[in-house]
Amino acid sequence: MSAVADEIPISERGPAPTRIVVSFGFWLFLLSDIVVFSGLFAAYAVLAHRTAAGPSGAELFDLKRVFIETCCLLASSFTCGLCILALERRALSIIYAWAAVTFVLGAAFVSLEVSEFAGMLSQGNGPSRSAFLSAFFALVGTHGIHVTVGLCWLAIMMAQIATLGLKPKVAQRLVCFSLFWHALDLVWIGVFTIVYLGART
Amino acid sequence: MFGKLSLAAIPWDQPIPLITSIVIIVGLISLLALITYKGWWPYLWREWLTSTDHKRIGVMYVILALVMLVRGFSDAIMMRSQLALAAGTAAGYLPPDHYNQIFSAHGTIMIFFVAMTFVIGLMNFVVPLQLGVRDVAFPVLNSVSFWLTAAGVLLVNISLFVGEFARTGWLAYPPLSELAYSPGVGVDYYLWSLQISGLGTLLAGINFTTTILKLRAPGMGYGRMPVFCWTALASNLLIVAAFPILTATFAMLLLDRYLGFHFFTNDAGGNPMMYINLIWAWGHPEVYILILPAFGVFSEVIATFSGKPLFGYRSMVIATMAICMLSFLVWLHHFFTMGAGANVNAFFGIMTMIIAVPTGVKVFNWLFTMYGGTVRFSSPIYWSLGFMVTFVIGGMTGVLLAIPPADFVLHNSLFLVAHFHNVIIGGVLFGAMAGYTYWFPKAFGFTLDERLGKASFWCWFIGFYMAFMPLYALGLRGATRRMQHYADLSWQPMMLIALAGAFVILLGMIFTIAQLVYSIKTRHLRRDTSGDPWNGRTLEWSTPSPPPPWNFTRMPQVSGIDEFWFMKHGDKTSRPAAADAHSDIHLPKPSPLGFLTAFCAVISGFSLIWHIGWLALIGIAAAIALALRHSWDLDTELTVSDKDIAAFETRAKAKSA
Amino acid sequence: MSNERTQVTKNPMSAEAEESTSNLQSYLLGLGLAIVLTLASFGAAVTHVVWAPGLAVLLAVLAIAQMGVHLVFFLHVSSSPDSANTILALAFGIFVVGLVVFGSIIIMANLNTHMLPMEELIHMQR
Repeated sequence: MSAVADEIPISERGPAPTRIVVSFGFWLFLLSDIVVFSGLFAAYAVLAHRTAAGPSGAELFDLKRVFIETCCLLASSFTCGLCILALERRALSIIYAWAAVTFVLGAAFVSLEVSEFAGMLSQGNGPSRSAFLSAFFALVGTHGIHVTVGLCWLAIMMAQIATLGLKPKVAQRLVCFSLFWHALDLVWIGVFTIVYLGART
Repeated sequence: MFGKLSLAAIPWDQPIPLITSIVIIVGLISLLALITYKGWWPYLWREWLTSTDHKRIGVMYVILALVMLVRGFSDAIMMRSQLALAAGTAAGYLPPDHYNQIFSAHGTIMIFFVAMTFVIGLMNFVVPLQLGVRDVAFPVLNSVSFWLTAAGVLLVNISLFVGEFARTGWLAYPPLSELAYSPGVGVDYYLWSLQISGLGTLLAGINFTTTILKLRAPGMGYGRMPVFCWTALASNLLIVAAFPILTATFAMLLLDRYLGFHFFTNDAGGNPMMYINLIWAWGHPEVYILILPAFGVFSEVIATFSGKPLFGYRSMVIATMAICMLSFLVWLHHFFTMGAGANVNAFFGIMTMIIAVPTGVKVFNWLFTMYGGTVRFSSPIYWSLGFMVTFVIGGMTGVLLAIPPADFVLHNSLFLVAHFHNVIIGGVLFGAMAGYTYWFPKAFGFTLDERLGKASFWCWFIGFYMAFMPLYALGLRGATRRMQHYADLSWQPMMLIALAGAFVILLGMIFTIAQLVYSIKTRHLRRDTSGDPWNGRTLEWSTPSPPPPWNFTRMPQVSGIDEFWFMKHGDKTSRPAAADAHSDIHLPKPSPLGFLTAFCAVISGFSLIWHIGWLALIGIAAAIALALRHSWDLDTELTVSDKDIAAFETRAKAKSA
Repeated sequence: MSNERTQVTKNPMSAEAEESTSNLQSYLLGLGLAIVLTLASFGAAVTHVVWAPGLAVLLAVLAIAQMGVHLVFFLHVSSSPDSANTILALAFGIFVVGLVVFGSIIIMANLNTHMLPMEELIHMQR
């Protein structure tokens, strides 16, 4: 069977296995989410200099904090990958361990970002101050909301593994989570380059 | 406690919305009472409201589209009659405030809740059957998509009775749509209902793209897919790529309105043109999302009723995918007059003219399909022929508008209005009607009455030209769109002809309703016992009418294009036969998630519109809780027993005997 | 829907173990490259070693490179026949994102040079 099957092109082998169908569907969802971000990036690019006599990015951004945030998110992306490797080996306690580390790193990212926003808001540099600040808060805030949703999703996944076990559907969802988490780090590369480092160019 | 909501939200002092609302509410309550009295709720809940069967969901989409067509058309008749009256110093009967809501509602409903819904409904019903599979990739998500769309529909219609609708046109340009200039709830109704239904549409786009790319019968490589599935693929790719832009742009406008952001405001550095730029980056692909499946319908209909394979399959596919890519390169032609320089205008003008070329290729392919064939003049062919004439005219006026200097004269005139109605009615609506007539017997087991169908076609065809050709002339003479009255009395005769045309179209719609009612009453005369009433070419015609929930008892083994035609007429020794025994048939279980999520969406949407914070939170929390509850239930399939299959096949044989 | 009739037979245990180690290498390599590229970006922006007008281009190149690292090493986007659809979808996505972002920048810049600023327009109308 396998020798003959190899000659049949993939497009003619009939319906794909569920695992591939779900992964591809989720990949399309990720691409659509990235298009949402592109709309926000476009708005940021256009409005970045419209500061309405208020502060600009160069004046407001603390690059040390951004660097720490970047390290946290990148590390969490790596530990998420380790979690998936443990999933392939069905090593339950290691899955929980790396998931916990991922969660902590992600939560650190979110809390740093929240403190940044709180600081800006307390100084009156909120989104209603200028178009630049609106675009900044919307773009960075949307990314932050995605990360927060991701953290909730991760917690739910751990609960599902604990209550339902590592059934195929549950494992598939954890894989989808990891795709989501990696994509968020990918978007963050765009954010820190264009928003934070870009303010210095 | 109730935010901005109070009893003053009901239009006590406006007779037209008030009376219309009361009539609709009474009608709805009567319908619900009838269903309760007859004890139909268990059946409806089990078989339709919680259905994850793509065929049922497709039918519900089409029903929604037809109902909203009536609502949107009533707005149209009001506009036409107002314009027929309000010439010179006459004021007509609709105050400007009300008129603005009517044209905004008309456009919003027709594009989002008639055209999109009809097209998605047809794709839902047909694509899995044509691909030779049992259902779409994500059946529960399919149900969620439909119900989210229905939630959007409900919210827009609630605005007639509670509050007001947007007065900003169907795209709600800022700064007019900003809080400073539209402080009421109208724009919020528009934004929230479209965000909710837009989410449904995006999920449907993901669903269908995955289905077409990953779930096809064995042997059905890309070059053996029906052309309708290719156009569905292109349309759904566009949905996945373009609808997020709409989501982001509306989100930015919502942030401006609710949280005081300054994306598109006049002050603090906002840039309203950015909204226009982004919204049309969505808006142009949107019209191709609508027209591509209609092109697919015509490819199927023309090939079937000419008794010949579609001419130029490869060039059709290439043209379709070319249109898919090019549709992202033309969007500035919607705002040539709004400040861009000549170079930028020239680029987009040329790209717009280029995109007409693949469409021309398709038209020639349809003509060459008919040439040399024996064309049976059924009502789907009538719609197809009407489309070819009408759409080509509309396309040509589009190429005219694509030339920036011409557009400087004609932008936002009635010429533009005539152009886009020309292509949408001639293209999307005629395609929807052709598809509806063509696939109706597959869905319900009997064909529609042909005479009433042809009468409906002639009324639509003649009515369309009567209603819109005068608008081309008026546009050239300076009449603008969205005008509630005009000073030049010499325009009035044309407006009267247009009104007459609208009434002829109304007659066409009456014929369509009559056709449905009459066909149901006399269905025993036109039963489709073979499953193949038109001598079709593609796999959906190999199933009984209506098909069993599992579509195919034995999965087809596809060896070429037009597999069903080959099954009927081809040399059976040269292609492998399908296996006799069937593997286990698994069907997705029905699920209340879609219906209940939409219920929460309506509650949340309504609360967000009226700024009732606590209720919005409850609605969103409830939706999340429902999703979590659903995700914990891993048992989502049921197996169809051999007994069920045998019982179905016995019933099918008895019907055809 | 179960579609297991076309399921490719599962790899034996040793091949899977091989796959995991190569995957671990993939993640480690990805992490290493990403760290280098991140340090380079921040370093270039904070210090002044790069000629100022070229900084934007350098940051863009580093960002694109790092996105590529993520795609290949973390998201496992490869050129295998199985993921042909994934690559095509990604290409289409990049096409759309590029158009939306760069198209908007070009168009809005073009509008800004040809139109009066909003504040002046409003001032003129008062």
